[in-house]
This record gives sequence, C-alpha cells and structure tokens, in this order.
Amino acid sequence: MSTDLDSLYQEIILDHYRSPHHAGLREPFEAQVHHVNPTCGDEITLRVHLSTDAAGDDIVSDVSYDAQGCSISQAAASVMTDLVIGKPVAEAMKAHEAFLELMQGRGSVEPDEEVLEDGVAFAGVAKFPARIKCALLGWMAWKDATVQATVVEHVETEETA
Amino acid sequence: MTVTQLPGLLDGLAILRADFPILNRRLAGDWPLVYLDSANTSQKPQIVIDTMVDHLERRNANVARAMHQLGAESSEAFEAARDKVARFINAPSRDEVIFTKNASEALNLVANTLAWAEGPLAIGPGDRVVITEMEHHSNIVPWQLLTERKGADLRWFGLTDDGHLDLSNIDELITPATKVVALTWVSNMLGTINPVAEIARRAHEVGAIVVVDASQAAPQLPVDVVASGVDFLAFTGHKVTGPTGIGVLWGRTELLDQLPPFLGGGEMIETVTMAKSTFAKAPHKFEAGTPPIIEAIGLGAAVDYLSEIGLDRIHAHEQAITGYLLEGLATVGGVTVLGPRNPVERGGAVAFELAGVHPHDVAQLLDSRGVAVRAGHHCAKPAHLRYGVQSSTRASSYLYTTPAEIDALIEGLAFTKTYFKVG
Repeated sequence: MSTDLDSLYQEIILDHYRSPHHAGLREPFEAQVHHVNPTCGDEITLRVHLSTDAAGDDIVSDVSYDAQGCSISQAAASVMTDLVIGKPVAEAMKAHEAFLELMQGRGSVEPDEEVLEDGVAFAGVAKFPARIKCALLGWMAWKDATVQATVVEHVETEETA
Repeated sequence: MTVTQLPGLLDGLAILRADFPILNRRLAGDWPLVYLDSANTSQKPQIVIDTMVDHLERRNANVARAMHQLGAESSEAFEAARDKVARFINAPSRDEVIFTKNASEALNLVANTLAWAEGPLAIGPGDRVVITEMEHHSNIVPWQLLTERKGADLRWFGLTDDGHLDLSNIDELITPATKVVALTWVSNMLGTINPVAEIARRAHEVGAIVVVDASQAAPQLPVDVVASGVDFLAFTGHKVTGPTGIGVLWGRTELLDQLPPFLGGGEMIETVTMAKSTFAKAPHKFEAGTPPIIEAIGLGAAVDYLSEIGLDRIHAHEQAITGYLLEGLATVGGVTVLGPRNPVERGGAVAFELAGVHPHDVAQLLDSRGVAVRAGHHCAKPAHLRYGVQSSTRASSYLYTTPAEIDALIEGLAFTKTYFKVG
C-alpha cells in the first residue's frame, strides 16, 4: 500500500508543499480570482500579470497567489507557476491542457516531461479520484484569471490604439 | 496494549458487529476496514438489507394507489414503517410523521411552507428567525432563503470557546419578534449536545416555533419529541443504519394543519378540478408523488433494530468510545480537538486538527491503512470559521465501533506524522 501512497506523495510534491514557489500576492496584475473547492473548503486567491512581447503575443509575466489547502493543491499551484511564468499564454494553455488530460486519464496517460516538467509528479494523483480536484484548483484559477486578464489587455490595447 | 472492555461498552460487541456485513471488508493492502465515518453515513445491518430486498423480491408495488394484493401488502409495509418511526421518536400521532428524501428536504419543507404560510404562521418584515453558529449548512441556508425572501431578520446564537452555544444573550435573541428558533440537537462538527428542551421552553414563552435538526441526535440519543418540547424535528434515515433517500420530518398536528402544502402532485390531494384542488391531511399533504417506498420500509427495520438494542445503551456505548477516543487523541502531540473535551457533553463525532498536516492528507494517510474518516468542513463552514479553522479531520464512531478501531486510528496518526515528518 505504501507504494501507492508514495506514488501520490512524490518527494517533488512534498518539496513544493513545504516551500511553495511564487507564493504571496504581488502587484501589478490585470486579473484576480478567488476559487474554492466546495467539497473540502480549499481556496486560492490568484493574480495574473500579462505583458506583450515584441511579436505582440501575450506573455505570462507573473502569477502570484495566496492558497489554503492540502499538500496536493498547494504543490500543484506551486508547480503550475513554475510552468507558466515567462511563457506565452498560448504555450501555457497547452501545459494546462496537458495537465488536465493527465488528471482525467485515471492513471492511463503517460505524462510528457517536456511539457509538464515537475508536473509529471502528479501522475499518481490521477489514481485517487477524490484528490483530482485538489490538483486542479490552482490551474483552474490560473486559467480563469488569464482569460480575464487577456480581455483586459486587449480592451486596453484597443483604447490606447 | 489493546483495551477490549470499557464501562458502558455494548455487551456482545463482536456478535453485534456480525450484523453489519461490510465490517468484514478488507481494503487495499489487506487492511481491515476501520469505519470511523458514521456521522457521515452509518453502515447497515443485515436486517435492513434483507427487509429491503425481501420487499423488492416479494411485495413490490406502488402504495395507496394499487387495488391488488401486492399493492395492499406494499401499502401496509410502508405505513407500518411510519408506525415504527412514530414509536422511535415517541410521536403522539403517526400522522405527524412525514417521509422526505433526507433531513435537508425536511428542513426545507418547514422553511418553504412557512414562507408561503398566511395567518398566524406568516413571516414578514420585522420578524426574526434565530439559528446557531454550529448548524450544518442544511439548517442555515433554508433560513437564509426564507428571511431573504420575506424581508425578515436572521440572527444566531454564537459559540463559546469550549464549543457550546453562547446563551448569554438569549433574551436579546429570543424576543416577541422571533417567529422561529432552528437549532441542531447534536453538532456534526463539534459534537456538542445542545439543551434543546430549555431553548424550546424559552422560545415558546415568546410564541416562536422550534425546529430541531436531529440528524446527529437520532442515531445516538433517545429522541422523544414530546419530552423535548419541540415543534418540528428532522432526521435522516441513512445515519440511523437505514438507507439513503429517506428522511423524516415530525411536526405537531396543529402546526402541520396550518401550513400550506409543500410539493403539489399525486397523493397529496383530496380532490382536483381543472380550476382548483383541495388537499389531504398530514402526512399525505406533504408527500406528493410516489414516495421512497423501499427506503421507508428499510428505515422502519433500522429504527426497530436500534430500539431493540436500546438507545440508552447505544448512547452509553458512544460515550465510552468517545471518551476513549479523546484520551487517545490527547496522547498524539500536535492534535487539537474542536468542541467539548468532556465525553458526557458530546456525541460521537470528534473533529480535530493535526499540526502541520492538512486534513485531506491526514485522511489519505489513514485511508491507506483502512481507516475511514472525513476531512473538510463537514458542511459546517461557519463553525470552522468561528474557531479560525479552514477544515478539520473528523472521526465518528457508532454502535459497532470497538476500542481496537480507535487504537488503529491513533496508530495511523502517528504514522501520518512520521510520513509528513512533523512532530
């Protein structure tokens, strides 16, 4: 049994849980969201700051957050920030999709380390249906905030244009 | 060292446990099931399972509508279940026992029909509904909806630091403006047993209606609706060793007569014309449509099973196990128990925190050793907020719980601490 437990609580996950990356709420940001997991009460407040690169593409400049929750939800948020910060939004959304696919795959999806980096450690979570929502909490908040921030960016761009 | 005897423990516990087939389950890793989530839902004795299967195999028919022999047998079994429930709660009349789908529906039935009531029971601006900070969401949200819809005020009893209702401002809360006082008998999170009869007496002095959520009380205390002095009492079948899908609302006849119907439909009418309908008397007035027949019959078997053992003895067993659990938790460094520490003041649900480990992770680690507990806010977010806690782990025992199972929990917590390298 402890093999299953160890597949869920990979050392990488416990490391991120003990020292979460990019934690805390920072300025500037274009969108802030608050997401909760109604079944367990875990919550996250998350901010997204976007900028535009030379080619005119949206870049995820910063993701900051304040989260209360279990090791899986805290570590997933931490890993997520590592994956998306500094990436073009389109590429970060691909990572989101890959993570979602991994979580919904009931343990049958082989994760791509190129895309998910430390996120591959969550492969074991997919075998524990009750914990999938924990792993997705931060990701869902990020997607929501990013979509809102993208709208803000474009409205501002149009206004200044 | 394993304790097998504690004062108050049910005699012949091993034989009683054999009534519950699921307790033989072995889980992943060949761990035996240690079921400490009975406040969430109780396990079912063979007699409940057999009664339901027997009805489905031999007597299944709709009730009150079928003129054939099976219909008569089904109606008889269904109404006999109502009699059993009436005896279980000492209801003065079987017609005061309304079957619902769960306790939430029972509480919503009262709140909704009060919203529609006219005359003395009508609630409007300036009127007040009083609840408590330790309610399950199912005894908060319906009253929020009612007071919002009617422009009335919602007030509540706060909680003391040691997990009891703060009754120090009872005279400010229960005033002539108070129309309803709704409270839980036993808290599903803190475990606290509330002085229901005393609060009912005070509420009646100002003419308020008293609605009691007995979801956690009915499984483990003798519930007597007359002695408690309440006006409405709700509980759910699946926590009293019955099936899911069946709940009970008991209400005093004179109040049930004054309330308008809840859902409209089959079996709740007296006569229907295209323009207008007249309604049946309680309980049928509040039971539109085909009821949960098999579930009601299963509930009847369940309450008879509990009554045969005796609620006094079950209560003593719960107190003995809860005392043993509290003693065990006190030996685990980093554990903080929420609610009263004295087992006499509480029921068999004990919520606690383990420093440095989130309740989800505690529950996951315990589950890996076959120990089933609940982690989260237990549908009592305001009570968690009151104590500055986001969520907790809850171990809840029942009549089949043994001291050895408590030992397994305590050992599991030690394992959890080692695994997460805390303490």
